[in-house]
Parts: sequence; C-alpha cells; structure tokens
Amino acid sequence: MTSMTGTAARAMAGFGNTSLGRAFGSWLGKIAGGFLVLLLLTAIFAPWITPFDYAAQDLMNGNAPPGWPHLLGTDQFGRDVLSRVIYGARTSLSVSATAIAISITVGMTLGAAAGYFGGLFERAVMTVVDLTWSFPDILIALIFVAIIGPGLTSTTFAIAIAYLAQFTRLTRAQIVRLKRETFIEATINLGAKPHHILLKHLLPNAIAPVIVVGMLAIGDGIVLEATLGFFGLGAQPPTPSWGAMMSSGTAQLFLSPWVIIFPGVVVAVTVIAVNLFGDELIRALDIRDRIRGA
Amino acid sequence: MLEVRDLQVAFGAVAPLSGVSFSLAKGETLGIVGESGSGKSLTAMSVMGLLPLSGGRITAGSIMFDGQELTTLAEPAYRKLRGGRLGMITQNPMTSLDPLQKIGPQVDDVSRLHLGKTAAEARARTVEILGTLRIPEPALICDRYPHQMSGGMKQRIVIAMALAADPDLLVADEPTTALDVTVQAQIIRLLDDLVKERDLALVLITHDMSVVAQTCDKVVVMYAGRAVERGPVQAIFDAPQHPYTQALIGCIPKGLSEDEHLIGIPGTVPTVLNYPKGCPFHPRCDRAQEICTTERPAFVHNGDSAAACHFAGSAP
Repeated sequence: MTSMTGTAARAMAGFGNTSLGRAFGSWLGKIAGGFLVLLLLTAIFAPWITPFDYAAQDLMNGNAPPGWPHLLGTDQFGRDVLSRVIYGARTSLSVSATAIAISITVGMTLGAAAGYFGGLFERAVMTVVDLTWSFPDILIALIFVAIIGPGLTSTTFAIAIAYLAQFTRLTRAQIVRLKRETFIEATINLGAKPHHILLKHLLPNAIAPVIVVGMLAIGDGIVLEATLGFFGLGAQPPTPSWGAMMSSGTAQLFLSPWVIIFPGVVVAVTVIAVNLFGDELIRALDIRDRIRGA
Repeated sequence: MLEVRDLQVAFGAVAPLSGVSFSLAKGETLGIVGESGSGKSLTAMSVMGLLPLSGGRITAGSIMFDGQELTTLAEPAYRKLRGGRLGMITQNPMTSLDPLQKIGPQVDDVSRLHLGKTAAEARARTVEILGTLRIPEPALICDRYPHQMSGGMKQRIVIAMALAADPDLLVADEPTTALDVTVQAQIIRLLDDLVKERDLALVLITHDMSVVAQTCDKVVVMYAGRAVERGPVQAIFDAPQHPYTQALIGCIPKGLSEDEHLIGIPGTVPTVLNYPKGCPFHPRCDRAQEICTTERPAFVHNGDSAAACHFAGSAP
C-alpha cells in the first residue's frame, strides 16, 4: 500500500518533469497568452474593427437580442454591445496598465530606498505604505472621487494606491535579501558607490518577481476597474467600460440579459487568462533560476 | 606597506577580536591561519573597512597602510581605496559575481571607476588581465555570463576584478575553500606568481597549514580572536612554540605511510560569548597548567617570531 502510493507520487512528479508535462504547461501559456495578445490587438485597433459607433444610439432598436447586424445585441438605447465591449477593453486595459505602471514605479522606488538605506527611513516608509494597505480599495477610490470627482483618473489613482503597498513590500524584501549576497559584498569591496550598487546590481536582480506580480496585478486591476465602474465611480457615460455596462444591464437583467452577460464573461475570461499566463511566467522564471544555479 | 597593531574589534559589548598585530612589505605574502571562528575574516574585514556594514567597529589599535591610518579614514576616502589600492578576493567565487551581468562589463567597471578609463580602454585592459590569469580566449569570455563558467574560472574572474585597478595590497579570504583540490593548487600558484610579478603585498587567509608552508613568507596563527603565534614561515614550521601551532602543523597529512591516521585537535573553538579566562587555548591544550587557566600569556619573543604561551621556549 505504502509502496503503491509512493510509486504513484513518483509517477506524478515524473509527469511534471517530463517534456509532456512541461508541454502541457506551455500550452496553457500559449492559450492564455494568445487570448491576451488578441485582446490587446482588439483594444488597439478598436476603431477599425468595431461594426458600429460605440456611442451611436438607435432607440427604435433598443434591447435587440444577439443576431444580425448586432452580433451581441443592443442595450436599452440601441447601442451595439459588441462595439462597446471592444471599446471597453481599451478602457479596462489602459486604466489597469497605467495604474499598475504608476504603482510599480513608485513602489519600486520606495521599496528599494527603504530596503537599501534601512533604519528610521525604512520604518517611516513602510508604516505609511502599510497604512494604505489597510484601507479597502473602494474607500480609497471614494476619497479620490470626493477630491477630483468620478472618472477614469480617480479610478487610475485608486488602483495605483491599492497596489502600492504590494510592490513596495516586494521590492524591499528583494533588496534586503540581495544586500546580503556575496556579489554585493564583492561589489562593495571593489569600491562601488551606493547608487551604482543599487541601480546596477540590486534593482536588476530584484525585478523578476516584480514583473510577475505586476502581471497578476493587472488582472486584479481590471476587476477593480470594473467594480468601480459598476458603482458608477469609474468611467462616466458614454465612455464604455465593462463595469459600467454591467451596471446599466442590471435594470434589464431579465428583459435583455446579453447586456450584462457579455461584458461579465469578457472580464472573467480576461482575468483567468492573466492569472494563467502569470503562472506560466513564474514557471518560466523558475526554470531560468535553475539553469543559472547549475 | 601594511602594519596592523593591537587591533581590537567589538560588536556591541562583545569583542571577538583583540590584540592582533602583524606587518607586511611589498612582494611579501602573509598567511593568517586558524580554525573557523578564530577571527581571520574579521581581520580582513577590518583592513578593508567593512566592519560598519555588519555593525562592528574597531575599538583599539591601528591599521597603517602605506603611511596612512585606516582606522580613522572616512567612508568616501575608504571607498576610493577599496578596489583601487586595496584589492579583496572573497571566499565563494560561485556567488561573487552578479548573475545578470556579463563578465566583461563587471571587470570593466573596476578600471573605469578607479582609473578613469573609457569603455574601450577598460575592455582592452580586462582582456589583458584575463589573459595574464591564464584564462583561455579572454575576449570571448567577456561576453559570457557567470553561470556559464566553472568555479575555478569564476575565481579567476574575481581575482581579475581585484587586480583591475592595479592594487598594492591584495587580501584573499580563503580564496580556494569552495574549489576542487586540483583547482585549489592552480589558484594558489596563480596568486603566488602574481605577488612576484606585480610586487604585490598579499594577505592570504586560510585554514590550511600546507598552503601557508607553500606560499607564505610570514604567518600569523589565530585562535579565539587572538594572535597566538607569529613569525617567518620557516621559523614557525621548524620550531613552533605555541601548542596550537604545533597541533595545526601536526594535522598536515604527510602521506608517507599507508597506516597513517589523520590527526585532529580535540574540542572546538569557543564561541565569542564564552572565551575562556587565561590562555584561550587551555581547555584543548595537553600541556595546560594551573597558570594557563588564570593568566593570559604575554608574547614571548624568540628572534623574529613570537608566541603567546606561558611555556614558549621550553618546548618538550
């Protein structure tokens, strides 16, 4: 019995190590990554591929079910759902990516400085950053809405602040770990200046996990953007946003469910794709580590 | 070139290193030997001015380098010395290179920083130094990443980095510990040749008495944070005065007969928190007497060498 489970465990571990197991992994990566590339291209070339103007109303033809010429139907104002979902990808991706880019830039700078210089400065930075983490994302968004009004700028800043702590902490942890590495000590032995050590040796070695977490955070950012849009705190009409579309669809949930279903499905699939691709990225980076260590 | 006198190092209230003295001239190799935890690496760190990084500080004594007092030197000035006139070779070549940078730029950086070379000049110099270290095809090696190289090659790269700015003093902290035995011999010979060719002063930290016998001119034997015996290698090996030195020399395998057993020294080095009173070696010493447990022995001079033992000079 014991030997049988042992054999089974070994067989499973063996499967993970075979090229078949790895190929299975990379197929997931191909599917998820392929979907994301497609989504990105759709968002970029939206004006050329949307069949209708996303804001054009056709009140006589409202709540039309999926069919021809409106493949995914129309909403209560007769606007083409497909065109709005495609433009919504533009909004979601750009808001989430911009927010995460801001978050990574600020978070890495703060985290690297905190980890490198340590002491009171580190404590001050980390306390403030941890404070931002203790606020619910929606509350942070509300603060920005109160200051600069609802819209995509508020959404962007809210997402950026929501993820700031994660990137700061991650970078700080990397830098603190790397600082004890022999090659950093060796660099100090060669008389390198602090900024050289930080920019040329510490940050490049700390960036891989930040990229992976950043990738996953873009997925979370899309959900947060949709959530804020759903509550009416994000994109304002007529700017198409997946969250706002779902929100307007709730009123006709039983009359014309396609208005809420299609943007919902796209959000779900996008987030799953981002996470799967992120996992593949982690796997790929681990392999690179193993090669480097050998 | 380098003169260390009565060096004492403290981390907070504990003093893991005290009373270490030695001197070294150009073209000379000084060996610092002792077991793990005897304070060898701390001595090296003190010379390189790296103690503040790990929270230690020099509480007494002086380190004179070419007429310059190092213990009071400010960090920016020290930084110019490190990698410049003071070269350091670290223990583990496997982890001493940045894994993300090619070999060439890593070595180039040193001469660019300390000698103000342009990128092209620095690369030419790097290729030249790699060549003198008997690295095959140095120009190709510059485009390799550290993970593509063997341990012995990496250690040569680390030595190349230490040499890139033409230092006067080289501190090598157990440069061969992480390497294969055959490669160890090559690296030791390489260092020996460098000292002669470049008229370097070399501080070689090791726990291997046979390495000291082969390469060093002078030796300092350390035990529990103290120098217990020092002097010219020839004199120390001919007539070791301190029982610890005698034991270390006794541990070198002669390899003459098949029934020879490897000899060890019973017991372990005390940790810094429970250094024994009196002579630090007395718990492991087979010649220990009453006086050894109470009184710290002073150095007994005998020609150029000196030993800190109550019974030095009265060898059995």
